[in-house]
Amino acid sequence: MSTQPAATPEQLIIIGNGMVGHHLVEQLVDNGALERYQVTVFGEERHRAYDRVHLSEYFSGRDADSLALCDADYYDVSGVALRSGESVMEIDRTTHEVITDQGRYPYDRLVLATGSYPFVPPIPGNDREGCLVYRTLDDLDAIRTAAETATNGVVVGGGLLGLEAANALRGLNLDTAVVEFASRLMPMQVDNEGGELLREKIEALGVQVLTERATQRIEDGDASRHRMVFQDDKVLETDLIVFSAGIRPRDQLARDCGLEIGERGGVVVDNQCLTSDPAILAIGEVALWNQSIFGLVAPGYQMAKAALSTLTGGDIHFGGADMSTKLKLLGVDVGSIGDAHGNQNPGARMFRYLDPIKQEYRKLVVSSDGKKLLGAMLVGNNAVYDTLLQYYANGIELPEEPASLILPQSSGAAPTLGPGALPETATICSCHNVTKGDICATIDDGAVDLAGVKSVTKASTGCGGCTALLKSVVDHELEARGVEVDKSICEHFAHTRQGLYDIVRVEGIKTFTDLIEKHGNPDTHRLGCDICKPAVGSILASCFNEPITDAAHIPLQDTNDTFMANMQKNGTYSVVPRVAGGEITPDKLIALGEVAKKYSLYSKVTGGQRIDLFGARLEDLPDIWSELIAAGFETGHAYGKSLRTVKSCVGSTWCRYGVQDSVGMAIQLENRYKGLRAPHKIKFGVSGCTRECAEAQSKDIGIIATENGWNLYVCGNGGMRPRHAELFATDLDDEQLYRTIDRFLMFYVRTADRLQRTSVWRENLDGGLDYLKEVILEDSLGINAELERQMQTVVDTYQCEWSDSISDPEKLKRFRSFVNDERPDPSIIMTSERGQPRPA
Amino acid sequence: MTATALKKEMDTMAEHTTKTWQKVCTKADLVEFSGVAAWIETAEGPAQVAIFYLPSERLTGKGDPLYAVDHFDPFSKANVIARGIVGDLKGAAVVASPVYKQHFRLEDGQCLEDDSVKLRTWNIEFNGEEVWIEG
Repeated sequence: MSTQPAATPEQLIIIGNGMVGHHLVEQLVDNGALERYQVTVFGEERHRAYDRVHLSEYFSGRDADSLALCDADYYDVSGVALRSGESVMEIDRTTHEVITDQGRYPYDRLVLATGSYPFVPPIPGNDREGCLVYRTLDDLDAIRTAAETATNGVVVGGGLLGLEAANALRGLNLDTAVVEFASRLMPMQVDNEGGELLREKIEALGVQVLTERATQRIEDGDASRHRMVFQDDKVLETDLIVFSAGIRPRDQLARDCGLEIGERGGVVVDNQCLTSDPAILAIGEVALWNQSIFGLVAPGYQMAKAALSTLTGGDIHFGGADMSTKLKLLGVDVGSIGDAHGNQNPGARMFRYLDPIKQEYRKLVVSSDGKKLLGAMLVGNNAVYDTLLQYYANGIELPEEPASLILPQSSGAAPTLGPGALPETATICSCHNVTKGDICATIDDGAVDLAGVKSVTKASTGCGGCTALLKSVVDHELEARGVEVDKSICEHFAHTRQGLYDIVRVEGIKTFTDLIEKHGNPDTHRLGCDICKPAVGSILASCFNEPITDAAHIPLQDTNDTFMANMQKNGTYSVVPRVAGGEITPDKLIALGEVAKKYSLYSKVTGGQRIDLFGARLEDLPDIWSELIAAGFETGHAYGKSLRTVKSCVGSTWCRYGVQDSVGMAIQLENRYKGLRAPHKIKFGVSGCTRECAEAQSKDIGIIATENGWNLYVCGNGGMRPRHAELFATDLDDEQLYRTIDRFLMFYVRTADRLQRTSVWRENLDGGLDYLKEVILEDSLGINAELERQMQTVVDTYQCEWSDSISDPEKLKRFRSFVNDERPDPSIIMTSERGQPRPA
Repeated sequence: MTATALKKEMDTMAEHTTKTWQKVCTKADLVEFSGVAAWIETAEGPAQVAIFYLPSERLTGKGDPLYAVDHFDPFSKANVIARGIVGDLKGAAVVASPVYKQHFRLEDGQCLEDDSVKLRTWNIEFNGEEVWIEG
């Protein structure tokens, strides 16, 4: 078969570079559509597409780059032209051209992904300076600037976005009030009882809530910049006003060129996302499907998939979307499923549960025969949301006593729907639209574990909300097929690393030999192997912190731990002394240089703000360390699965932007946790302000200074699969910070698999970040005192492994290249490059 | 010197074969359940050997719990085998290369991951407190 010559590509223009527009680009790239289309994207904003769902995190330390949905060079690399900051003025449907402020661009197919704009009520004075909206990063910058000279702020609108905006103002240290026209907050999602509870919880956070207030006009204030005058002539003075009274589709371009528009706005589309002009499609919040606008990202993504299908001749259609949502607003859980108000299904019956002490409210809307769930409403606790959603979405018959689903469980655990009860059509991952049937098919095709299912289906790689559910479905299906899910660490132990850790802790076992005699697999020679020995060595060190070079432990160690240096490819070692926080005196720098010179070591500055000396011969290590120790250095554990470095910026001592002494904190932390052995290496970063020069958000533990203390981020990673650390706790003082990290690290040490970094551990943790917060911050397992005590033991028993070894002739005997010849290994040959030695 | 070792030494001397038993080090130079490296003389010239000492009663069918294999790692092309972790896999004592982690059976030097790769092995025994290798 001959290859068809490539036809001239068709011109595809996408107007809008928001989340949905970007998702369409990704779909086009991933599905090979760029062979057919030359794609140009117009984005009005100067930033490339970013995560608007997490916009509020912009005020808690994240910046435009970290919110961006792709790398800076994604469009270039993919071959898609992104024209940011270029506004489209007009669509000429007769000539098939898009006209911008900079030129005319021909199109064969056009996609409108212009999204929506915040609605500002027509109130006299709404255009005064300091009257802002909350939609884009530029809006947030404007709010931040205005907040610098303000002491208080008002959000007009008590819906979802309004409460997010209120949280942002609170974060900027403004006295914050929310003004809502309706009689309760979030009138779309909750009823009066739920709204009342929500008000109590939000007022408890110091946010003033005013309902049933219609603003008549805004004028000059006395004490503050503005005065808002309400319908009853009551007034409220404020320096800053943010309008968040709903969104409207940005359909002006479509109106101007004569496309069909809905009565209340929105570009009318069909199941293929085609507008009234078949050359033009519309997706996302600008599109009106079946008289509905979908103001959530998941339906927008589904539209993008349908649009891709339309553009490439496929047959995937958009068929509407479920608007059920669960949110955390100002720290308050709110969940809404289906017909939450029970006003769309005549004859619907309702169950309500209200706990005024714990401040939780749950409501079920069920069919008149009590068999089907039609809707649900949750305030204060979303624990049962996932289960309820499955009942609702899959039409599963309710238990005999539906109320049991929302009543508190005496056991403490939320009632969950077993994976076996879900039908094949049940959607497990809504981001990637993966059903239980898809998962079963993947397993039947040969996937044998969770990782395999994830890589084929992409399930749980979006928001990650379905991680726990996915795992239970996969395990259930594997077991149903007779696959025994073997979690043994290796052939010597029928236990996981976690299991071995618990055994060591509970039985107080202090040596590998004892452990394998008591708990090893009797069918082996019980020597262990290179999997279980280092793992157990690490566990023993985490628990008892005896020197790893002691006779009982030395056979367990990898060569790097054995010789306390990092083996390089030619059998020589690299040496990295600790330089806590990256702070080093001139004398110590000179000492490092002297040692490097004397032993002909290649010198390189590391990413962790230390200096790595390469090419050390085994027999030279003790002498090198004698000199380093004499100069005041101690081991840097660059060889260990343990704390590596705490990287820091220079902080408030020198930097005009710094708000805390980041170097001082970095040194404190590095000295506290140095020597802690863990399932894998651990890196920290401490930044002195939100500019984040220490790149703390790419570390296992990231700390960013605030005016009031420290914000703690956890489970970040650089490397092959970068992962941004997640905000874990805010405004901690020094003591709180140490305690929280103590618990976090010990919990990681206790529960992670071998060689599992915190980022992967976190992604595999059932219950995710919320669970982690419950354990570490709320002590839900009641183990925090124990974790702190265990960490204190490690801290108290620290000793420099190199100091310990060079004073022990028995241990030094190992540092010989040959037991019967003192000369070095002649096959190690060095040459010179750029003035330094390197392996020949 | 044990009777066996003495006999071997005499045998080899008598036969004038190219192989000779030679003293390499003492028991005190060894590390239990781990390895050390040593030079020996062989017919092909000097060689670096990795010596492992596994005093485990579970390893049967062998005299002294000693093994001698090439110190040279054919995968990384560096002399590092003695610095690997020892253990047992599928019933055989093995060492894992500290560089790329391939496993080699200590008894015959066979690489478990690649049938075509095998380390050389040598006979090794205690002679009292001394360690002797037939090189």
